[in-house]
Amino acid sequence: MISNGLHLKKIQISLHGRQLIDIDQLIAPGEILTVMGPSGSGKSSLFAFLAGFIDPAFVAAGAVLVDGVDVTQLPAHQRQLGLLFQDPLLFPHMDVAGNLLFALPPSIKGKTTRLDLVNAALKEAGLDGFAKRDPDTLSGGQKARVALMRTLLSQPKALLLDEPFSKLDADLRAQMRELVFETAKRLKLPIVLVTHDEADAMAANGTIVRLSL
Amino acid sequence: METPVWRRQLSRFCFKGISQVKQLRPAKLTFIPRLGPPLTIALLTLPVLAGLIGTLLPAFGYLPALGGNKFSLQPFVILFAEPGIFRSMLLSLVTGLAASMLALLTVMVFLSAASQKLLWRISTLMSPLLAVPHAAAAFGLAFLIVPTGLIARIISPELTGWQSPPDILIVNDPMGFTLTAGLIAKELPFLLLIALAALPQVPVRRSRQINASLGYGQMLGFILTVWPGLYRQMRLGVFAVIAFSTSVVDMAIVLGPQTPATLSVRLMQWMNDPDLNLRFVAAAGALMQLAVTLVAFLSWFALEKLGATIRNFVAENGLRFGSDKIARSFAVGLIILPVMVLFSGLFTLALWSIAGLWQFPDAWPAGLTLQGWQQALPRMVTPLANTFQLGISASLFASLLAILCLMREEETRQKNSSFQSYSLTIIYLPLLVPQAAFLFGLQFMFISLQLDGMFLSLLFTHLVFVTPYVFLSLSDPWRAMDKRFLSVSAALGKSPWQSFFHVRGPMLLRAILSAIALGFAVSAAQYLATVLIGAGRLTTITTEAVALSSGGNRRIIGVYAMIQLLLPVLAFAIASLVPTYFWRNRRGLSG
Repeated sequence: MISNGLHLKKIQISLHGRQLIDIDQLIAPGEILTVMGPSGSGKSSLFAFLAGFIDPAFVAAGAVLVDGVDVTQLPAHQRQLGLLFQDPLLFPHMDVAGNLLFALPPSIKGKTTRLDLVNAALKEAGLDGFAKRDPDTLSGGQKARVALMRTLLSQPKALLLDEPFSKLDADLRAQMRELVFETAKRLKLPIVLVTHDEADAMAANGTIVRLSL
Repeated sequence: METPVWRRQLSRFCFKGISQVKQLRPAKLTFIPRLGPPLTIALLTLPVLAGLIGTLLPAFGYLPALGGNKFSLQPFVILFAEPGIFRSMLLSLVTGLAASMLALLTVMVFLSAASQKLLWRISTLMSPLLAVPHAAAAFGLAFLIVPTGLIARIISPELTGWQSPPDILIVNDPMGFTLTAGLIAKELPFLLLIALAALPQVPVRRSRQINASLGYGQMLGFILTVWPGLYRQMRLGVFAVIAFSTSVVDMAIVLGPQTPATLSVRLMQWMNDPDLNLRFVAAAGALMQLAVTLVAFLSWFALEKLGATIRNFVAENGLRFGSDKIARSFAVGLIILPVMVLFSGLFTLALWSIAGLWQFPDAWPAGLTLQGWQQALPRMVTPLANTFQLGISASLFASLLAILCLMREEETRQKNSSFQSYSLTIIYLPLLVPQAAFLFGLQFMFISLQLDGMFLSLLFTHLVFVTPYVFLSLSDPWRAMDKRFLSVSAALGKSPWQSFFHVRGPMLLRAILSAIALGFAVSAAQYLATVLIGAGRLTTITTEAVALSSGGNRRIIGVYAMIQLLLPVLAFAIASLVPTYFWRNRRGLSG
């Protein structure tokens, strides 16, 4: 049986014999799994395991299934999981459009087609006319929106968010949260949200897994 | 809610879904970087080992090519019968050790006294000084302080009464004081820069606050609490300085004593002597050079112990040295002095290169002329072309190796500190073994394989010295880059190689070009390696400049030294201007 969504199947992660993570969750398209816990509780190692970057020092068992397909053995760049961190991490050497073009899959051919898609995405994010801008000259909120668009343009099958709102001001944080959650719902993307902010978990309005030390 | 337009358009192009995942293969990046560490280790260790063996065999009389078919102690018997040989060894040991110690103490005292702002300013001054070739620095110092030098001219005859240059030996003084001074001036920037590189890893600010609250003066507090940790970080670099200083050739030819000269210079003379039997003596001497450097290392261990004992004595007795304001300004002045000497030396060189008639004791030449340049430039074409070919190929290849090694390090994610210190020792190996000790042997090897005097042999030898510097220069910015950029790139579906070419490479452009520029500067400044492996057929600006030193035509020497100086300046200028131009509209990458 193929179940749509992101399946964290019996994932167990331990470090030096100490078990950090024991999780078994199915996140349906458009739903959000919030993982909460203090630093050192293994949040980041779960995130790294899902994204494909886990340090070999950790012992991990279990599988990550995307729409029923096991991606656990695949390298990070073939997993089609979109990442958002607490920093927007726009590539500083590319302009805004360059960042977005870089994210578009190569199967979309033709310079004008690609540019049109990028401009449409910028318009959608309320950043019309920002294509040629140096990312470093954008405001925090603008950068965050470009980062979101960049992730979405790469056509991910699911989103992994690592404290994505923690560096934004309070009012901006609420806006971004709404934008991300609402977009994901509309695009039917399952989300794993790693956070220590209770307000994030409240807004996510989904299953919450609490890790302890 | 309607699906946004870009998303609808995008879905038409829906790229290969994950359902086709079986066609996706695991990342194949890992093959080429895998070659990096073994290649680099081989490149750094094999020539040193081969060279040491090539020194060891003829030192004990075995070199069939020259008729040495059986082992004997004869070479050592002849060596120890050479006049003044023990004095030569002692000179090498004492000048090298004294220069290393004084340079290190100066760095320590300066760091203890300087404010953060001053540190930053000095470090920007030091980087270009690091690229000044030893030979050019030596000429600069010589032209400044010889009895007919700029200083004597400025103060004569008003202060000295000298109408003609006095007959005193300042440069080439028999005790090696000038050589020591030259070594200090040249090693100071290196030591200061590795100290500054290590500084962020020790808690300076917090220590300062705690020390101040306990009533310690800034200087003593720093020396007692921060310096020991800092010194541990820079220890390998210090040993490289000792190895270099006890075996330096080019600087010793220009500044060092002559009767007798330091051991390394005499090795050169035996090696270049038409009497081939002296090659055995040279090999035995090269082995003694190794011994001299080893004795210097052992003495340094003793000095380290002594330093620790003094430190503990002071610390346990609770001395505070609370008011150190005057001492602090003195300490800051201490580092300004060698920097000023270096800069004035370089200025003197520039002046000589364009000086017309310049009689003693005039402080300024009677006229300025480009005659020296016109005379020298046509003769420089071949050495200059060699310098560029060697420098460019060596620095590019070394950067490639360094990048592959750093990629591999990340892939295997060796965070283990013993692994890192082990690989660091290998990186430093060619800098820790005195050049003279293994380059002679390497030359024997190349001669017996009939590979001496060939471009590739010389390139290979330059790589031994260029690679460590390139690696050390690139590794910090490489490791310091925020890895999440690469995670983002991978999550966007980019393979590790795509991420390297589109994300990491461009973001580290400045660091990579600086490493290449440093590699070029190191290659261009190589003296002993070029003379020996180039076999006189491949000459560079540096070998030509040193060869001219005995001739004594100051204008020509000035021109050569200027060119020697301009080469690294040019390399660093390109390394800094190219990224500035490319990223002129990218605020996140400026500076």
